[in-house]
Amino acid sequence: MAGAHPDLTNLQRLEAESIHILREVVAECERPVMLYSIGKDSAVMLHLAMKAFYPAKPPFPLLHVDTTWKFKEMIAFRDQRVRELGLDLLVHTNPEGIAQGVGPFTHGSSIHTDVMKTQALKQALDKGRFDAAFGGARRDEEKSRAKERIFSFRSAQHRWDPRQQRPELWRLYNTRVHKGESIRVFPLSNWTELDVWQYIHRENIPIVPLYFAKERPVVTRDGALIMVDDERLPLQPGERPEFRKVRFRTLGCYPLTGAVESDADSAPAIISEMLRTTTSERQGRVIDHDSAASMEKKKQEGYF
Amino acid sequence: MAHLLRFITCGSVDDGKSTLIGRLLYDSKMVFDDQLSALERDSKAVGTQNGALDFALLMDGLAAEREQGITIDVAYRFFSTGARTFIVADTPGHEQYTRNMITGASTADLAVILIDARRGVLTQTRRHSFLVSLMGIRKVVLAVNKMDLIAYDQAAFDRICADYRAFARQIGLDAVSAIPMSALKGDNVTARSTAMNWYDGPTLIQHLETVETVERPHEAPFRLCVQWVNRPDLSFRGFAGTVASGEIRPGDSVRVLPSGRDARVARLVTHDGDLTHAAAGQSVTLTLDHEIDIARGDVLASPLDPPAVADQFNTTIIWMSEDPLLPGRPYLVKIGTKTVTGTVTSLKHKINVNTLEHLAAKTLTLNEIAEANIQLAQPIAFDPYDKNRETGGFIVIDRMTNATVDAGLIRFALRRSENIHWQAVEVDKPARANLKHQKACVLWFTGLSGAGKSTIANALEKKLFGLGRHTYLLDGDNVRHGLNRDLGFTDADRVENIRRVAEVSKLMVDAGLIVLVSFISPFRAERELARNLLQPGEFFEVFVDTPLVEAEKRDPKGLYKKARRGEIRNFTGISSPYEAPQNPELRIDTSRASADEAADLILRLLTERAMLGGH
Repeated sequence: MAGAHPDLTNLQRLEAESIHILREVVAECERPVMLYSIGKDSAVMLHLAMKAFYPAKPPFPLLHVDTTWKFKEMIAFRDQRVRELGLDLLVHTNPEGIAQGVGPFTHGSSIHTDVMKTQALKQALDKGRFDAAFGGARRDEEKSRAKERIFSFRSAQHRWDPRQQRPELWRLYNTRVHKGESIRVFPLSNWTELDVWQYIHRENIPIVPLYFAKERPVVTRDGALIMVDDERLPLQPGERPEFRKVRFRTLGCYPLTGAVESDADSAPAIISEMLRTTTSERQGRVIDHDSAASMEKKKQEGYF
Repeated sequence: MAHLLRFITCGSVDDGKSTLIGRLLYDSKMVFDDQLSALERDSKAVGTQNGALDFALLMDGLAAEREQGITIDVAYRFFSTGARTFIVADTPGHEQYTRNMITGASTADLAVILIDARRGVLTQTRRHSFLVSLMGIRKVVLAVNKMDLIAYDQAAFDRICADYRAFARQIGLDAVSAIPMSALKGDNVTARSTAMNWYDGPTLIQHLETVETVERPHEAPFRLCVQWVNRPDLSFRGFAGTVASGEIRPGDSVRVLPSGRDARVARLVTHDGDLTHAAAGQSVTLTLDHEIDIARGDVLASPLDPPAVADQFNTTIIWMSEDPLLPGRPYLVKIGTKTVTGTVTSLKHKINVNTLEHLAAKTLTLNEIAEANIQLAQPIAFDPYDKNRETGGFIVIDRMTNATVDAGLIRFALRRSENIHWQAVEVDKPARANLKHQKACVLWFTGLSGAGKSTIANALEKKLFGLGRHTYLLDGDNVRHGLNRDLGFTDADRVENIRRVAEVSKLMVDAGLIVLVSFISPFRAERELARNLLQPGEFFEVFVDTPLVEAEKRDPKGLYKKARRGEIRNFTGISSPYEAPQNPELRIDTSRASADEAADLILRLLTERAMLGGH
């Protein structure tokens, strides 16, 4: 009976599984692309891609869907990382969104997310005629994710149909699509948030400094600590940014991403903080709270 | 002991499965405050526990599941204790979701089978156990739940265990650990029960933390399915793949299959430096000491104990599609990293998953399991599934819809695939065709009944005959009087009907003839099968396109009238589908062209393609 050598650690097994998935896509799909969102999961996924194809470089470009509302430090980190590794990066922003001035403050978080993330992503995938797109989502993030396949089929309209998922047995992935259809592939499906941090620590993977605690200017909105990353954040009368020692558990558009108060300024400190925490990482994501089925709904519309 | 344990839970809502997993997650602190408050909110809104926490809602992640209060699809959940990390595949228990349970079981090391202590071993318990055993899981925990509702009665527990073990032994499940518990009250899940002092075994979590499950895959012979050939430049040629079983070191000999060539491993290359050793479960890139031809899909194996190579197998298959299995239809078969065309040549019997009875079968429908012979278009390296899941398990993909329609387990190779060799002959197809001053080909006329296929084919054959060409017309009705007299009009029989005609026309092409085939041939897949039997350029699909209303108006044989009255079942266009060709070599619109004009169109095509040599 096959399986894994009993001496392999959990991280070794997860790493091997992810590498297997990355290679399977490259071997079978015509035009793969890797969604690079600049966060810690993307950092791990990119690191795994560097390993999977060594000594070759990953044989696909990276794609960043830029909503124009990302933290400044994220963009700086992205450009530096791509330069260091010598990879191709595609950046796409929804031109209609820019023309209409769509943003989280003027249009609300759900329209902003739909136009600048979901629609923009679909445009970028159509433009590149990509038949497979890697994403860093994990099953432990959210309960509809827990039901999703590693190779998740999308119609030509990028829709996910949870009732028509392909059975996924052993390590045998079905990558076949008709013209126009595509597959979203999640190499980190079986990783947990803790695995990601332990791996970042073990492999010394560079990540955006926003994950580490530091004094940062924040305001409190609906119970969330929002960082004042630039002058576009409208301050309410009497509201004044205050410096607090905070860090981020996930990164997205800065107005939609809540910080947590923390002293953890290194990977080991974050790991030990995580072992004590009582809230999930998506708690800081403003867009996930709309309704219990909100992630599933967004995914059906083409969100990652 | 392995650091990671993957297990599957089987049982229905009533057995307390979700409560059990919810408790495991909750007790190992994997449910966070914000998730808990969402759960409290959902439990009040749509819960089934009168507003108390409904752990099922934590697990059932899809809106449809929460609305209907059932688990539809597999959910993967993660938790860890100090001793081990766990991945739980939470699978639905209902028979209509057998495929989802099979999916969860395919990667599990152990199964937890839940029983409601009040109800004992039920039909569904037997079904779950059979599926678990079928997929090669050998370790089972029998979780006898709801002990609190039978006053923690030891005698009842012992009775259930004895019942279960008697059944489990019949299906090869010997390693059964039974644990009496109450998931709701927490007895023997993570904390030892004080109400069952008569039980001195481990709690569920203690058992999961310590059970030895891995059957030493690193001691099995070496296997690696080549995923990708890594060639960044001319100086490097590496073979990337995951070690399926066994171990490998630089200097070891490996055999490449199916070619059978040997080489030695030069290096095990990784981003972090070369390895001195790699074992089952690791993803590696290896280089060899000399150049040999290796491609994706090949298997690297220990030359001391290599896998066999064959193209016909006895298998167990689990059908996973709403469309029925049709023996004879070509599908894609993916095994390891190899994808080849294959067909089910015969269904030995299907298996009633509740009673394990064997039943005769001509087709399979969703969730049915059968013993079947399959034939592949090329030989592959394999191991029997019970020796190696990685090189013995396969999936089947529908070539038209691209859906995964089947999971299969190789049992053994059929001897006849080794013993029947193709007889090479010296006078060959081009020689025979040359003698006739033509190139042999098939003109495949497809279209509805009454579309005009036979009329056009007849007109064409007369013209070809007049030109001194050697032809033969295979007509659907005529062939059904002889060769295919035993076949009816079910989907399965239609597939076999076309398969035989395709094979006959292939023989006739080999004889150097221009073959005209006039068959409704309603399914794309079988026309593709016929096309694939021939060389490129030898097959001309002629779509005789007549709208249904028009064909029905003509109704030369009065068949549409009978079909409309319900006197003919499975009539194409009325009660059985017609799949129109997407890229035929020629489409004839019979509302514009007469039979004679149509025949001329085809003649022109044949001349353009240089099928008719000059005299």
